Amino acid sequence: MSGEHQVKPRALAHKDYKSSYKPVWCAGCGDYGVLNALTKSLAALEIPTEQVALISGIGCSSRLPAYTRAYGFHGVHGRALPVAAGLAISRPELTVIAVGGDGDGFSIGGNHFIHACRRNANFSYLVMDNAVYGMTKGQASPTTESDWTGSKLAPQGTHQPPFQPLEMALAAGAPFIARAFSNASNELAQIISEAIEFPGFAFVQILSPCVTFRPEQLNWKKQVHEAFSPTADKREAYLKLLDDDGIGTGILYRAPRPCFQPDTAAARSLAAIAADFEVPA
Amino acid sequence: MTEAKEKPPVDSCSLALIGSGGAGVMTAGQILLDAAAEAGYFGLMTRSTGPQVRGGEAAAVLRLGVTPVGCQDDRIDLLVALDWGKAEHFSDELVLDADTVVIADSAEGEPPVWVTDSGARHYAVRLSELAGEHSGLRANIIAVGIVGSLVGLDFECMKNTIKRRLIGKGNLLADVIQTGLQASISAAESLQCAYKLAPPQPQPRWLLTGNEAVGMGALRGGVRFCAAYPITPSTEIQEWLARRLPEVGGCLVQAEDELASINMCIGASFGGGPAMTATSGPGLSLMVEALGLAVATETPLVVVDVMRGGPSTGIPTKSEQADLAIAVYGAHGDAPRLVLAPNGIGDCVTTTQWAVFLAEALQCPAVVLSDQFLGQSRAAITPPKDREWRAERRIAPADISDFQRFRDSSDGISIMGIPGTPGSEYTATGLSHKPSARPSAISADHRLQLDKQLRKLEQFDYGDDWADIEGDGSLGLLTWGSTTQAAREAVARVRADGSAVRLVSLRLIAPLDRVRLARALEGIDRLLVVEQSHGAQFFRYLRAGCELPSHTRSLAEPGPLLLRPGRIAATLRVLEMEQVK
Repeated sequence: MSGEHQVKPRALAHKDYKSSYKPVWCAGCGDYGVLNALTKSLAALEIPTEQVALISGIGCSSRLPAYTRAYGFHGVHGRALPVAAGLAISRPELTVIAVGGDGDGFSIGGNHFIHACRRNANFSYLVMDNAVYGMTKGQASPTTESDWTGSKLAPQGTHQPPFQPLEMALAAGAPFIARAFSNASNELAQIISEAIEFPGFAFVQILSPCVTFRPEQLNWKKQVHEAFSPTADKREAYLKLLDDDGIGTGILYRAPRPCFQPDTAAARSLAAIAADFEVPA
Repeated sequence: MTEAKEKPPVDSCSLALIGSGGAGVMTAGQILLDAAAEAGYFGLMTRSTGPQVRGGEAAAVLRLGVTPVGCQDDRIDLLVALDWGKAEHFSDELVLDADTVVIADSAEGEPPVWVTDSGARHYAVRLSELAGEHSGLRANIIAVGIVGSLVGLDFECMKNTIKRRLIGKGNLLADVIQTGLQASISAAESLQCAYKLAPPQPQPRWLLTGNEAVGMGALRGGVRFCAAYPITPSTEIQEWLARRLPEVGGCLVQAEDELASINMCIGASFGGGPAMTATSGPGLSLMVEALGLAVATETPLVVVDVMRGGPSTGIPTKSEQADLAIAVYGAHGDAPRLVLAPNGIGDCVTTTQWAVFLAEALQCPAVVLSDQFLGQSRAAITPPKDREWRAERRIAPADISDFQRFRDSSDGISIMGIPGTPGSEYTATGLSHKPSARPSAISADHRLQLDKQLRKLEQFDYGDDWADIEGDGSLGLLTWGSTTQAAREAVARVRADGSAVRLVSLRLIAPLDRVRLARALEGIDRLLVVEQSHGAQFFRYLRAGCELPSHTRSLAEPGPLLLRPGRIAATLRVLEMEQVK
């Protein structure tokens, strides 16, 4: 169908990938940096807007698709990954990018995260992690520290250790795993570009401060440090994670393996398939 | 030779084979059905099993006939027990009487009390001993030979069918099948009974289950993507499609759960391709949030629910029609969708094909309500025609100007932008939105989209397929789905007594076509609404949505004991006698 459409080379600037909608995000939100870096990547990779599909669930960061001029699907909470998988598997020529937050991806959508890592369909997943539920006004998320008492819902803390997205992704079989910081625009754009170009499921955890409910995250810009350089050695990646302080950046693991490929078969007509039901004469 | 053998041939015959799981009753039942089909008969085989994966109890219930067979009869003519293991589990489902003949393995001793109390004639036959005399044969194949012989199935048809099914399994040889069958026929001849079927009228036949039929209908309609999570009793739809979709350039993805399967389908459909998932009640419960998403984003989607006993885990292996309410209403907010119901195994092809067509044309989800009875029964039927319905969406051409994804139109259907097409980029959203797709919390925007989502379904002309209407008269029967088959036979029996009865079976459950339904019920002063649900969901749905004759009665029974023609006919006769005020 539309796969037959001829891609015309068009030089687009990164602002050409943005829509006219004003984001719902607070001033200073890290997600602006992600939107900027993502549109820079798309411009740098010269991917036409109509060839891009941004898929999200629910949360502040999940509003991102509407702020672009690409195709987008803003679905229900936690289900961005299956929507992205269905699209990427059935339309392999598209550039599919799932985006969302830590609650959407690691809590309500946690099971899909594990299976997206395993399945290795060809799309990228950018998680804007601020360790808080912002849209519902400041509750602890899976990546929140256990002793954070800033929410009314868990006033004595969560009593649970934070979820470790990179460890989980590595254990579940993701072939591309990275962490980046929303303020470091060029480095982030570079990592996003590598994720988009990577053949398979590429997961990027993006530290994206919530200035409203986690203002202390503004300190990330002083604390974030380069920690990873890409390896294809899983043992080495695990060892690096043992020393991880949660704010080290870079591509942790890059080990391409065959993408999810649906079954194939010799073509048959519907009439031939229907004939299987015929009673032998 | 005996008075029994002089009985005139019958038009249909009901058989049941029972035994412990693994005894091979399902294989035997299927061989009998296949052989009967090859001989030119119609037939139906329903499966009844316990919850066990291996072991437990199993019954294959067959009805063979010279005319189409859509449901089981009220009683069993011939019961074959390979063993009496947990046979008492079937005492409710298998109705025996003094005219029933029971054949049991002589090694099994006396039949259980519910069998002897029925007054049925019991014959002990050396089933396992005879099998032992033919290397590699099992008692179930001896049973096939005996039953086949008693109902008058052609020897060659039986032999061919057994060969097709069993050769290559173990060391079974063709000549063993020949001599084993001959021995079972001799054993049958010594019995004082016969249920010879009238000669068949050979015509082209299909042999398939309702689940396979749903798969075929999906392919005909144009489905090329399926994501699904295994669940009884829908798994065979998924398995059938997993093999066939790649043959037509599509694919099936096994998802991690039902939340994923429906959302994968939404993703694929957003990408332009007709998509379908298949599930059962518990899966549908998980999917309702995404159904609402498909309504709000106007994404075409087909969800097949093969209903089983509920609520909760219920009875996974047995049938009920109690998911009507969730299919029609399941999801928060006002979320109008299509709900369709096949009313026979062949109709599973037709209705699924129609569902794909309608979902694509109307850009909304369509729920297809099949059930365990339709889905897992296997039947020899007249091949269902390929209808003209092919998935066709209203989509944006390249470089369309002033594109608005949810722009209202006279029929409420908008132009859909498909990723890859320049000029129609937009972000679909489950948020209330403006015609442009831009999120909006403004009441007028909300109202416009709600109006449009409902209007496009209510204004569409569904044509004559919305229901099957048969017969005339002031006595009416209104039903839906698989119950239609028993209802049709009940209506035929009441008509045979000289009464005129009208049967209406809704294929299009939602939206309810009030105008056509009113026309179909014109002149009916007594109406019986028949369904297989404890809560009378269909009756309540109709009462809420349309005008019914003032003298309307409900016959609503939960599964898994299926409503039989006799019960429905008796209720109809009582209704006919009631005074209409």
